Amino acid sequence: MKTDALIAMLARGHPGAPPRAVDRRLGTTVAAAFALALIVVLGTLHPRADLGAAVQLPMFWWKLAVPLVLVALSFAAARRLACPGQRAGSAVALGAALLALLWAVAAADVVSAPGASRRALVLGHSALPCVALIAVLALPVLAALFVALRNLAPTRLRAAGAAAGALAGGIAAAAYALHCDEMALPFVAIWYVLGMAIPAGLGALLAPRWLRWA
Amino acid sequence: MEDVEETLRALLLLALAGDSEAYAVFLTQSGARLRAYFRRRLSTSPNEVEDLVQETLLALHNRRHTYEAAQRLTPWLYAIARYKLVDLLRAQSPRRRVEVSLDDEDGASELQPADVSPAESQRDLLKLLETLPDRHRLPIVLVKIEGRSVAEAATATGMSESAIKVGIHRGLKKLAAEASKRR
Repeated sequence: MKTDALIAMLARGHPGAPPRAVDRRLGTTVAAAFALALIVVLGTLHPRADLGAAVQLPMFWWKLAVPLVLVALSFAAARRLACPGQRAGSAVALGAALLALLWAVAAADVVSAPGASRRALVLGHSALPCVALIAVLALPVLAALFVALRNLAPTRLRAAGAAAGALAGGIAAAAYALHCDEMALPFVAIWYVLGMAIPAGLGALLAPRWLRWA
Repeated sequence: MEDVEETLRALLLLALAGDSEAYAVFLTQSGARLRAYFRRRLSTSPNEVEDLVQETLLALHNRRHTYEAAQRLTPWLYAIARYKLVDLLRAQSPRRRVEVSLDDEDGASELQPADVSPAESQRDLLKLLETLPDRHRLPIVLVKIEGRSVAEAATATGMSESAIKVGIHRGLKKLAAEASKRR
């Protein structure tokens, strides 16, 4: 087939494409993933027993804010990286600055606490399940985001994979926060961040192979 | 240089709004730029150039919904071209790590002169099309090659109109995937 014939073939008919396709594709996936993560957390892990009282406390909302900020930033990065020729943008620098702030506040919390209670602030009572459950819950979300990205056109595959992984981790951690009854910022700053970092790293690792499109 | 950006961008925006004549001009002009771009980078394997031009045109078509009006067009175009080039180089030397960075060029500086003399392609996309299943092949042949309407193609095949549209859409993606596999 000659190139001119290919061009005639591609141009024939209505070449239009719906606007905002990238936002709609990724947005739909994120909404569905949130719904799924909430169903899994509320249905199988169950919400924390004192949820009604906990929502009165600022720490409950701070714990939720950390993953939700990551969701917002990594969505912004992923939607840009889904389009050829665009970079992750300012979301990365902003995320790094906010992470540094979170760690600084958490460190101040630990330092200012009486020596005997420091261990509890850092380790809590559920560090291992927290990390493991966030990471596992993020896996199906990561898979769904990879499917969505493959239908777009990422050309910086590792960066796009990392953004998708961070987004998956943020969604998983936000849902998990409704189950988890830890109430110390240092705990969130260490174990939530680690739980969300695992899918982000996994996304970057798998991307060259699984985000490849033709 | 800005002229190329503005011209191609205006053409693609018309195309995305449904103008198929503007789209044909866009693809022809983009094809000429791509040919020059690949010819300069594939000097050791000139036979691959036209195949890669065709593959990239197919990719531009299948991924046209990822062009956003607020963005510059040439970085988008050349990012796809570079992605396709790296894919080809990797396939040629799977053991050697190909050192072509996807990040180090911003596309705008990449503007190539046009090259309007296509070589013969090595791979025949029509033959590749024959290998696709009926549900993909028939809609493409009837609507995109023979120029029949979606309604006529639906009557001729007994498929629904939406199945015809889906068949074209998925079939062209399948064709692109097969083309990049069979190098």
